[in-house]
Amino acid sequence: MSPANDHYAYYPGCSIRSTSKAYEQSTMKVVESLGMTFQEVEDWNCCGATEYFSINSLPAYSLVARNLSLAAEQGASDLVAPCSACFLNLHKTDKYMGKYKDLNEDVNQALAAGNLGYEPGSLQIRHLLDVIVEDIGFDTIAEKTEKPLWGLRVAPYYGCLIVRPDSKYNPEYPTHLDELLRVLGATVVDFPLKTHCCGGHMTQISDETAYELIRRLLHNADEYQADAIATICPMCQMNLDVFQPQVNRMFKTDFDIPILYFTQLMGLAFGISEKELGFGSEVVSANAALKKIADEAPEKAKKARRDKKALPMPESLP
Amino acid sequence: MTEEKVGVYVCHCGHNIAGTVDVEDVAEWAAGMPNVAISRDYKFMCSSLGQELVEEDVKEYGLTRIVVAACSPHMHEPTFRRACERAGLNPYLFEMANIREHASWVHTDDINAATEKAKAIVGGSIRRVMELEPLEPFIAEINEPTLVVGGGIAGINTALEIANAGHPVYMVEREPSIGGHMAQLDKTFPTLDCSACILTPKMFDVGNHPNITLMTYSEVEQVDGYVGNFTVRVRKKARKIITDLCTGCGDCWSRCPAKVVDDVYEAGLGYRTAIYRPFPQAVPKYPVIDVDTCIYYEKGTCKACQKFCPTDAIDFDQEDEIVVLNVGNIVLATGYKLFDARKVPQYGYGRLANVFTSMEFERMVNASGPTGGKVLLRDGVTEPQTVGIIHCVGSRDRSYNQYCSNTCCMAALKFAHLVKERTGAEIYNFYIDIRTPSKNYEEFYHRILEEGAHLIRGRAAEVTDAARLPGEEGKLIIQAEDTLIGKQRRIPVDMVVLMAAMEPYDDAVEVSHRFGIGCSEAGFFTEKHPKLDPVATMTDGVFIAGACAGPKDIPESVEQGAAAAARVLTLIGQGEIEIEPIRATIDEDRCSGCRICNNLCPYSAIEFVEDLGVSRVNPALCKGCGTCVAACPSQVIEGQHFTFDSIMAQIEGVLYDRMEDTERVTYLGSQPAEAK
Repeated sequence: MSPANDHYAYYPGCSIRSTSKAYEQSTMKVVESLGMTFQEVEDWNCCGATEYFSINSLPAYSLVARNLSLAAEQGASDLVAPCSACFLNLHKTDKYMGKYKDLNEDVNQALAAGNLGYEPGSLQIRHLLDVIVEDIGFDTIAEKTEKPLWGLRVAPYYGCLIVRPDSKYNPEYPTHLDELLRVLGATVVDFPLKTHCCGGHMTQISDETAYELIRRLLHNADEYQADAIATICPMCQMNLDVFQPQVNRMFKTDFDIPILYFTQLMGLAFGISEKELGFGSEVVSANAALKKIADEAPEKAKKARRDKKALPMPESLP
Repeated sequence: MTEEKVGVYVCHCGHNIAGTVDVEDVAEWAAGMPNVAISRDYKFMCSSLGQELVEEDVKEYGLTRIVVAACSPHMHEPTFRRACERAGLNPYLFEMANIREHASWVHTDDINAATEKAKAIVGGSIRRVMELEPLEPFIAEINEPTLVVGGGIAGINTALEIANAGHPVYMVEREPSIGGHMAQLDKTFPTLDCSACILTPKMFDVGNHPNITLMTYSEVEQVDGYVGNFTVRVRKKARKIITDLCTGCGDCWSRCPAKVVDDVYEAGLGYRTAIYRPFPQAVPKYPVIDVDTCIYYEKGTCKACQKFCPTDAIDFDQEDEIVVLNVGNIVLATGYKLFDARKVPQYGYGRLANVFTSMEFERMVNASGPTGGKVLLRDGVTEPQTVGIIHCVGSRDRSYNQYCSNTCCMAALKFAHLVKERTGAEIYNFYIDIRTPSKNYEEFYHRILEEGAHLIRGRAAEVTDAARLPGEEGKLIIQAEDTLIGKQRRIPVDMVVLMAAMEPYDDAVEVSHRFGIGCSEAGFFTEKHPKLDPVATMTDGVFIAGACAGPKDIPESVEQGAAAAARVLTLIGQGEIEIEPIRATIDEDRCSGCRICNNLCPYSAIEFVEDLGVSRVNPALCKGCGTCVAACPSQVIEGQHFTFDSIMAQIEGVLYDRMEDTERVTYLGSQPAEAK
């Protein structure tokens, strides 16, 4: 069941080493307990985030390609990024170098100055969530689950970066994180805005714009009575967590929804201690939510007596 | 052999071939092949002048074998075989070289290569035609009865046309009643007449016709034989009802305590009991017991239906019955299924209560449906004040089906009318293009516009309950780009109707294999010719009609049903048909009786003769596929018209230009003829 251990190169990205240490802490714990080994790309550099590509594209692609080159040199077949923005930049660079000959030549010329080079397509660029869902699989995760997240209502938040372009999951309404959380025992609430933007770096440019986007997401999760929002991206986590008090002030709301990394929730379910998973570093405390995790599975809602007048509701897809 | 005289005719097919292949060069080259007495190129070989050219040459030059290099043999092999026959040649001494589909159409970018390839193909055919032997076609009698599979409007029309002409028909239908999708509809576009009112008389006629044997709740399991002589195995699923005793009174289903959602007739919007008749006008009138939901089969007790049946017609122990039919022709009219709208998650079907499919909505507006014809939200009480209708759900979308489902635009406009008529609600239709190409359809579209429906040109991006703007709370919001004004719009509505695509049934591919016909990747059955032979298939004696061959509305399905009937009637009228004599034969003296071929034969045409210890091919069942020929370890099975010699000769002919002169002598046994 456990995959070959040496074929994952690991690209941490800058955020995970600064604002989102809890993500890396929990990722490493989960990865370890799943028997996987991530080999960090040696001497990696920043992926350029969202800005650099808008300013000067060739250096931006070359910066990213440097990481691809280093990872490929390590002999890895897959390059894993836990951050959605890093994933997108790595994936995009690999794809465009394969698609556009000129870009490929220019980038490789730039890399050659540092005695590097990258053949597009030689690495599979993957997000951490994809690796866990695809390579580990739900069955193994279910086996590992010692302390199911019974009773915890979670909104699965994918963000906008991993779904487009060319996601292998449904880009309009992905459900693999939903499924993962369900396997962990959580109650997954419907979250219609699951792929909407968190505001990205707009918080630095126009707080009004960013806060409105954040408000929508918090409001939507709140409407479905989510105890927590599960994220897969440091940026999403930060925007929804750190700016939640500001949003409350601006819109006179009282949202109090902890924003947790999906790996933190996996770790909890695997029986790893809260401390080891980096709990406590979030701005909106997760304590109240974690207390809701029950020792027993929630009773299956009794089949409500059929409202004689109501029309039958179609079952959702299995 | 050297006395054989071959005539070669290279067709231009207008520009189809001559535009890419240098036909004159090919003809000139062919003239240099051994035994070729005459080689010509001609603009349209299939024209009567082209055919006469062959006939005259046969007489004038004493040609003994003919090669026509033109299109696929599927197109014109019969044409030229007849021409040979008229000229006094055995039609099987003719060979078609396909230089259109196999050369000119696929190599439009390289004239030289296409010409070289055409020469190789023609060379192969010239060598092959030398090895062919005269054959006589079999004559098969056409069994009079016809099998019609599927009891929707297309199948009903086929059955009635044939039966009214005085010939017996077996109709097999999977569901407990005939009627198909049309029985579910309320109104039909564009006339808005009542669907049931025009359908049920036809259903009644089928049920009571002296020439029609109706088998509902039944499925075809196996088909053997060939045109004129099909043997069909039908499984009649146990109804658990003794139909001879049942009066259809309804005492059973009114007492049945098991209520389940009816996914078929009510499209999931209503309930039925475990013992049920799908709808009041069902034909036949007898109910069936659904053993998957019946309490008795689950718990061993209940039998309420049996207790209350006044005629003792319930038989819990009844078993499936197998019926074997002998028919001459088969018409498949197996229809379509609705696309599963849950596969488009951004529209929320299955998640958001007040999103409905088009078929649910049909049932809703139907006076005999779950709401008695009232347009209501999922709570069954509230009337919507705004309704959004989304077109092309699962159609015209590369993620699902690329094709246009043909009927949904008109159905959506019909819905707009019905909602307006029954509720006065505001209607928003979201379309990509409005497609209303048939008689009186465009007029209907304008009528709906005048009635005040809002038509927004733009594919809906999503349906969400995440309110953002004032007025959106508690509503479903349809987000779409209005491409006529170039703006994003958010329209809050109470109810959304998804115009789901028409798709082949999940088992359509399997069914096509069972009947030996082709189907598209999606599963729509393939017609013999999309324009000129739309109801025939590549298998003689098997016809298709209605939506099983592609999305169609009622008038088109009716037309196809009648067209298929006409084709069947032609064959019945002829009484017999010539069948290609291309069969496998076993040299019984040399057969070791290993029986390898027995099980390989896909048509079960090889029997083992115990006393002689040899295998023997039944020519009536053999289709000449060649499987046994290739498999025989002693090489004693020969495929007529595709003998080892003819295939080897063809390969040598293909390689003619690549051979040394000396090799040609060795392999072909003759010197190259002088160029003529």
